[in-house]
Amino acid sequence: MRVGLFVPCYVDAFHPEVGQATLELLERFGLDVDYPFDQTCCGQPMTNTGCHEESRATEELFVKNFSEYDYIVAPSGSCVNQVRRNFTALEQTEEVTAVRAKTFELVEFLHDILKVDAFPWAEFPHKVALHNNCNALRGLSIASMSELRNERFSKPKDLLGKVRGLEFVDIARPDECCGFGGTFSVFEEGISSRMGQDKARDQARSGADYVTSSDSSCLMHQEGCARRLQLGQKYIHISQILNGSRA
Amino acid sequence: MSAATPQTPAGKSPEGAPEHLTHAAGASVTMPPRGPEEQPRGPVIRPGRPVDQSEAAKRFMAAPQHLAMHDQRLWDLRQKRDRQMHGIEEWEELRQLASDIKMHTLTHLDQYLEKFERNALANGVKVHWAKDAGEHNAIVVDIMRARGAKRLIKSKSMLTEECGFREYAAEHGVEVIETDLGERIQQLDDEAPSHVVVPSVHKLRTDVAAVFARTLGTDPDNADAGYLAEQQRETTRPLILSADAGMTGCNFAVAETGSVVVCTNEGNADLSANTTGLHIVSMGIEKLIPKLENLAVFVRLLSRSALGSPITQYTSHFRGPRMGGEMHIVLVDNGRTDRLGMEQFWTSLKCIRCGACMNTCPVFRRSGGLSYGATYAGPIGLIIDPTFNRHKYSTLPFASTMNGSCTNVCPVKINIHEQIAGWRKVLSENHEIPAFKKNMMKAAGAILSSPRLYRASLPLADSALRHLPRFIIYNRMNTWTRGREMPHTPRETFHQWYKRERGKDGKKGKGSNPSAKTGGDAS
Repeated sequence: MRVGLFVPCYVDAFHPEVGQATLELLERFGLDVDYPFDQTCCGQPMTNTGCHEESRATEELFVKNFSEYDYIVAPSGSCVNQVRRNFTALEQTEEVTAVRAKTFELVEFLHDILKVDAFPWAEFPHKVALHNNCNALRGLSIASMSELRNERFSKPKDLLGKVRGLEFVDIARPDECCGFGGTFSVFEEGISSRMGQDKARDQARSGADYVTSSDSSCLMHQEGCARRLQLGQKYIHISQILNGSRA
Repeated sequence: MSAATPQTPAGKSPEGAPEHLTHAAGASVTMPPRGPEEQPRGPVIRPGRPVDQSEAAKRFMAAPQHLAMHDQRLWDLRQKRDRQMHGIEEWEELRQLASDIKMHTLTHLDQYLEKFERNALANGVKVHWAKDAGEHNAIVVDIMRARGAKRLIKSKSMLTEECGFREYAAEHGVEVIETDLGERIQQLDDEAPSHVVVPSVHKLRTDVAAVFARTLGTDPDNADAGYLAEQQRETTRPLILSADAGMTGCNFAVAETGSVVVCTNEGNADLSANTTGLHIVSMGIEKLIPKLENLAVFVRLLSRSALGSPITQYTSHFRGPRMGGEMHIVLVDNGRTDRLGMEQFWTSLKCIRCGACMNTCPVFRRSGGLSYGATYAGPIGLIIDPTFNRHKYSTLPFASTMNGSCTNVCPVKINIHEQIAGWRKVLSENHEIPAFKKNMMKAAGAILSSPRLYRASLPLADSALRHLPRFIIYNRMNTWTRGREMPHTPRETFHQWYKRERGKDGKKGKGSNPSAKTGGDAS
């Protein structure tokens, strides 16, 4: 199985350790993982702002970089949601629809494709609050949603539940958006920061030592809010915990 | 109605006296008692300019008591809604059924409208057709004038807000008295409702006390809910009893019976309809449902979604005029048939105005309904308002993180967050987004589609923070730090790490036993 690793632009620039952990984690399962060198971004900043035409060339580049792989995996539900659901600016050739269909967010890839049942190397003896990115939650359905009357499930919790010593803590408003929202975080910084601060306070009240998520973008925003408020919890991407990070 | 949540400033008892002697209270110079926090108002509407929602939202967030009350009260409604949902096993099937009924009705609207009109006429109702707000207002005032009626009591109706009816009526010598408590508060304060179900939910009790003191002469220092409600009742009842005509909105209009159904918790629709011999119903043409039995589906969903109560206190059916009286129904288009023709947005006509999307919206709860500067606030407003005036409301679809919670709570399954994204595209294509945004996205698109330019935009690790923002958001990143800290700067990008560790072809060091160290750096 040949896997193409997509490292989103903000992970590349701000959280390289998340890309590294994802790469190593996938390799632990004996996968042949490539990192195509010419990759850049999924086009979400433009699409999110309504500028689909401006996103087209970036989407084309993504398809060109990744069409040869059996699976494309990224440590970001938000970017994967963009590829799978919003990659509509370019002509929908067979190649394009194939790339869209085989692009997976890390958690769903581990849970649904690899069907991982153990992370023997992983131990995380801390209280952990889980944050689900809204695109991963309501776009990719990585967990059941509090607004719907459906059977409860959570793919990230299933995976984290296999990590020794990890203890979950619940926050008061688990499915509430943290306010990152892509370009929203910059164009509407007032509301965005306020939502992030409220989220960080909720996490602090839960007694969490760590907050984890399959999206670095939400974590980057929440971490910045928590630090501004001088709250104690730390933020770590789910790939790092599953890859055996202890703290 | 909107009962403002009791608010007690921290450390104060409800009467305003310190609960216990604090260090500050024991000091030689005591702080003057803090007055009630002033209510934040909506945006200033400038002719020809888009509504500045962000600016109004910032003022709302700068009022901590209002913000905390508003967020908590609406979040409570969302939680009550969730509890009601869990009590109904077939909840998701009900939502699907409601959506299907509305889709069917909207795709056969012409037939159902004619059927409704036929049956209403047979019931002895006079039916009027209004193509826009102006026609609606003129029809209502003409009906009143022809009968020498001067005072109109009315129950809550978003449609009459949409039509600017109150202002029109005032200019044409008709006195309008709102009978819904929340709506009456808003009328006395000369302010639009901020929410489709709880119109004065953005007001603290102290705000209501101030409005009543100014308009009804009540004690400005008494913000007791019982006192305020009683005073309102005492001053408004005589006006209601001496009214000449009554007006209601319409929650559902049943085509097979020609009847209209109004749901209230205060019984004020009955008050408005039955106090005088003249009942005028204002209804949008999208309110139709085919059969009476369909109503059961919507009645089960409406109040559960809106307020988290199983049903409204009153579900009033009006089929024809009282003995010796008159009943008129004004069927209003006001842009609805245009909307019906919009391929991406027509399903917004399924909306039953429950307000669940507002209650769950994290942006709405923190910015207040007035900040949208439009009749319809919150998520549903973001997709309806631009159909009335694309330029004026061009900023609204951006007042969302598109998190999708609105879509999930919608009892008629409108894909609200997808339509918000759809509007952003339409606005961008029609040059209705600010030039700096468009140019920024053009530049971002050029850089992100070129590996060379992308790499060049983040050349050195320690200057990544200065350079990276240029391709995502240019120098707008400086707004990031107003409420947050910047992320820590890594020593190298992932790309650089990979090149160093694995080589450009990825062969170097591949398959070596991965250590846990790279997973180690928590941010």
